[in-house]
Amino acid sequence: MEKKIGAYLCSGCGIGEALDVKALEGVVSKEFKKPVKSHECLCGEAGLAVIKADMEAGDVTLPVIGACSPRVMTDRFMLPGMTPIRANLREQVIWSHPAGDEDTQMMAEDNMRMMMTMATKVNQPVPFTEGEFSTTILVVGGGYAGLTAASEASKAGHDVLLVEKKAALGGNAAGYASIVPSKPPYHDPQPNPLPKLIEGVNATKSIRVITGATVAKTSGMPGKFEVELSDGSTHTVGAIILATGFRPYDATKLSHLGYGASPDIVTNVEMEAKLKAGKVTTKAGSSPKAVAFIQCAGSRDPNHLPYCSSVCCSVSLKQAIELTKADPETMVYVIYEEMRTPGTTEEFYRSAQEAGVIFMKGKATKVENGSGITVTVADELLQQDVPLGPLDMVVLATGMVPNSTDPDAPAQEYGAELLTADINPYPAEGDYKPEPSVPPGGPLLNLQYRQGPHLPMLADGFSDSHYICFPYETRRTGIYACGPVRRPMDMGEVHEDAMGAVLKSIQVIRNAAQGHAVHPRVGDLSYPKINLNACTKCRRCTVECPFGAIDENEKDYPVVNPTRCRRCGTCMGACPVRTISFDNYTVEMLSSMVKAVNIPDEDEEKPRILVIACENDAYPALDMAGIAKHQYSPFIRILPVRCLGSMSLLLISDALSSGYDGVILMGCKPGDDYQCHFVKGSAMAKERLSKISETLKSMQLEVERVTMVDASIADGARLPKVIDELVAKIDAVGPNPFKGF
Amino acid sequence: MSDKPKSQTVLVVGGGIGGISAALEAAECGSEVVLIEKAPTLGGRVAALNRYFPKMCHPTCGLEINYQRIKKNPRIKVFTMAEVSGISGAAGDYTVTVTTTPRFVTPACTACGDCATAATSEVADPFNYNLSKVKAAYLPHSMAFPMRYIVDASVVGTPEGQAIKAACKVGAVDLDEKSDSFTLSVGAVVWATGWRPYDPNKLTMYRYDEIADVITNVEMERLASHDGPTHGKVLRPSNGEAPKKVALIQCAGSRDLNHLAYCSRICCLASMKHAAYVREQYPEAEVDIYYIDIRAHDKLEAFYRKAKADQGIRWIKSKPSRIEKGPNGEPVVCGENTLSRDVYANAYDLVVLATGMQASAQPPAGAEMDEYGFVVSEEGVFGAGVATGPLDVSMSVQSATAAALRAVQAVRS
Repeated sequence: MEKKIGAYLCSGCGIGEALDVKALEGVVSKEFKKPVKSHECLCGEAGLAVIKADMEAGDVTLPVIGACSPRVMTDRFMLPGMTPIRANLREQVIWSHPAGDEDTQMMAEDNMRMMMTMATKVNQPVPFTEGEFSTTILVVGGGYAGLTAASEASKAGHDVLLVEKKAALGGNAAGYASIVPSKPPYHDPQPNPLPKLIEGVNATKSIRVITGATVAKTSGMPGKFEVELSDGSTHTVGAIILATGFRPYDATKLSHLGYGASPDIVTNVEMEAKLKAGKVTTKAGSSPKAVAFIQCAGSRDPNHLPYCSSVCCSVSLKQAIELTKADPETMVYVIYEEMRTPGTTEEFYRSAQEAGVIFMKGKATKVENGSGITVTVADELLQQDVPLGPLDMVVLATGMVPNSTDPDAPAQEYGAELLTADINPYPAEGDYKPEPSVPPGGPLLNLQYRQGPHLPMLADGFSDSHYICFPYETRRTGIYACGPVRRPMDMGEVHEDAMGAVLKSIQVIRNAAQGHAVHPRVGDLSYPKINLNACTKCRRCTVECPFGAIDENEKDYPVVNPTRCRRCGTCMGACPVRTISFDNYTVEMLSSMVKAVNIPDEDEEKPRILVIACENDAYPALDMAGIAKHQYSPFIRILPVRCLGSMSLLLISDALSSGYDGVILMGCKPGDDYQCHFVKGSAMAKERLSKISETLKSMQLEVERVTMVDASIADGARLPKVIDELVAKIDAVGPNPFKGF
Repeated sequence: MSDKPKSQTVLVVGGGIGGISAALEAAECGSEVVLIEKAPTLGGRVAALNRYFPKMCHPTCGLEINYQRIKKNPRIKVFTMAEVSGISGAAGDYTVTVTTTPRFVTPACTACGDCATAATSEVADPFNYNLSKVKAAYLPHSMAFPMRYIVDASVVGTPEGQAIKAACKVGAVDLDEKSDSFTLSVGAVVWATGWRPYDPNKLTMYRYDEIADVITNVEMERLASHDGPTHGKVLRPSNGEAPKKVALIQCAGSRDLNHLAYCSRICCLASMKHAAYVREQYPEAEVDIYYIDIRAHDKLEAFYRKAKADQGIRWIKSKPSRIEKGPNGEPVVCGENTLSRDVYANAYDLVVLATGMQASAQPPAGAEMDEYGFVVSEEGVFGAGVATGPLDVSMSVQSATAAALRAVQAVRS
């Protein structure tokens, strides 16, 4: 269908009083030769009727709406056909600049020029829907997390392939005598739900279980993953759930806590096995009369595991309760630094206290084995070393190491980048700087991706996750980790987590088959298209994509896997020859929008500064500045981008060569506590910008003309000040000599 | 459930981070979703937070993404100022009665702000926990969703109300709006009604109502927020001055059989965040954290380590027995140090009570819950987020995503 652009200007909300709307109409009709109409309230029924009438008559297929911010009235302007293009005349023009002012008017006119230009360049995206899409979910790991995921996915109507490395299902949970309660009553250990779950999975026809196998190779993309197992079989699946769980921390590294010195110094896993066997005895065969639990055996220790393993406190409480139940005469001690029983587990703690368990706040500094075992406790209450003994048994509450690698597989290189480098949850300052801890072992899925065989992990070795707002988002679309491979968690939380991962798998399968993007640009139909005739095989796109969506073929050309793509445009920003584009988003489009702005002559003393703003955070912050009526320089022109990662250096040189006096980049905070919704987009922009001085030098321009600013969504009050300061700084450098050329 | 569900619609009750997440996750799987929220805007408790631990990033950042997802998804219908007043039927076939409170502003509102300009009186601002006032016609806050004004009921029937109505050029002010109700036919219900802070007035020994400079942790969030009553400056409510000595009291109500028997999970980390607010704004200020156990599970341990490295923060293992009023009206925290056995009486400029989380609304009759009112039901009505127990944001979203799956399973025909 032929694209027919029509512009609609709203004069409501004070726009008509602050701006000369007739002159704005002139911009559209004279400069762009397109039809234009004005209305006193475009978002009202009468206003919408004007647009709808033109669209129904076939006169307009793509409306350009000059009114409020695109962040508001989105539903009302959602009209059948192409997504309307919105020019922000309210929040970012009349609410942030004086009414009736020449510069305010120029800003509004330039906004219309930019958005009319965008309309001429944008195309209705044609989604990727080639070939067959599988709805089967592969679950890797047959422990409690994996079994739950398999069972729940089948309840939602999906076929499941469950692959377990060991000969039998069950994983770590198979060894549990009982579990810590996550449902009421909260005060007593509860039966292990695993046997019933295994029974259910085995009885479900839509779940195919393959034991004694691992994943040898994974290629493809959501909806079309090709998986080869170690048994040689191959399978096509739509999504993958990684539920490989944890391994207990290697107790042989805890010799300082006596491990290995006596068979009666055991780990919590070994104690659980004794409880499961129904009889806890010492090596000598007697029932223990004095037992001490040592908490944080390895955890919260920079020399071992820097994190808290979350479950060890409640697991020790459970074992302590079981021991006192078996023999009320047994003296049970728990040596702890902080008792961590969050939520209703507090009731379980109280239950252990009532059972007579003795709690000692302090650190076990020495464990000696003579006639009986003696633990020296640096007791915080008594503020002195207290020898505790003779003890018949000591239990080390060892923590969890995520199975984010396969300990039995040969280690493999990470690939194009050090995956942990830019997402380190640990503070860099102070004397506490643990090395990124990647558990030893080979890849679990052996991804045949350009960026390497591993699922990215965080610096503590747990699987990658945006760990606040969007805990299931990873940098490998369609692969969702759940259970202790993602973060230390108890059985109750594992159950919920497995269900969450199933939901996300169903979602990605559905969206992939329709050619829709998943989070955060849900529903976006565009995807990157590469003109290989112009490609120089520089590989920047394949390396920089935050989601590893682009591979290389045998001739080293990039190959896009559309359903892995999250549509941030980082590849587009990375490409030095502008050969990557989306149907509705291209470097050429952005460049034309930049050039659409009128640049006044030098003697008019009206500088122009381009603000390239991340549409997720900086742009809303500028809207918020408008809502609060904060004023800032009218000399800026705001270009929203999907992510600052999609900003190419060529865009900056285009702006400067067309006469802008400076460029301000506003993106999300990169680094350890990154706030970029595309994880690395803003970090990539920052890295690219470090090379801008060469470009500026070659143009004989001053470095002060280009600045990058970390902007957060809460910066509505701060950004106007930042803008004014930078505009003054650029103004002081003087006009761009390219002006007028 | 052997019968096919009669309705394929999912009702999500509560528009905080849990409800928003559940609604979106279900809708993005293809379900029709109705999301109802009691307040005039979505966002719930998290919208009123300044920053999240451990990244110290702003909650509105994630909310913005979620609001964009809602705006672009025709499968989600949002009703604000709406509450469930009755549920009948059974899993797969519920009839839900929803009652709305008048906003006095119709959806035609363009959020231009003319009504607020016309308003002359001021009312307490619920978004700022009544720490400040707002015009009687107001936008709930700058990140409100929907972006629509509300007229306070106090001006209805007054000349001011008429002036507000007259100021609206698009006729969106409707002072005759009445409370209304409608029914929905739904197959599954996600109960995501979240939490409310434990009432500090029940902790009589801490004299919250008597001493101006004793505040709660949720109030601290508003003080530190750029759009809060002090524009982001942490100031003493008594005199508006910068505090030099601040106490953060953990387990104010939590882990206490007389109040909340459970641990509220988030308070320790929230207090470390509050210590960071104070120390960032006032590098010379001293912060004392009174605690029983510091609970910083999994990777949040790193956040604790960071706080421990700050020499300006003192850690006092003690549950203060009481707060007294000093000679100048300042709070004096009294108790015994559990480790040193020292009896203390320390004066502060500001004391923040880390009050815990309490379930904010009872689930519908028949839905199983525990003795604290947290939802444990697994059929027809599913709990999500803090309605199921004290959780941090990440765990709430995790729980909400699981609830979305339960709902999707339940309405599958």
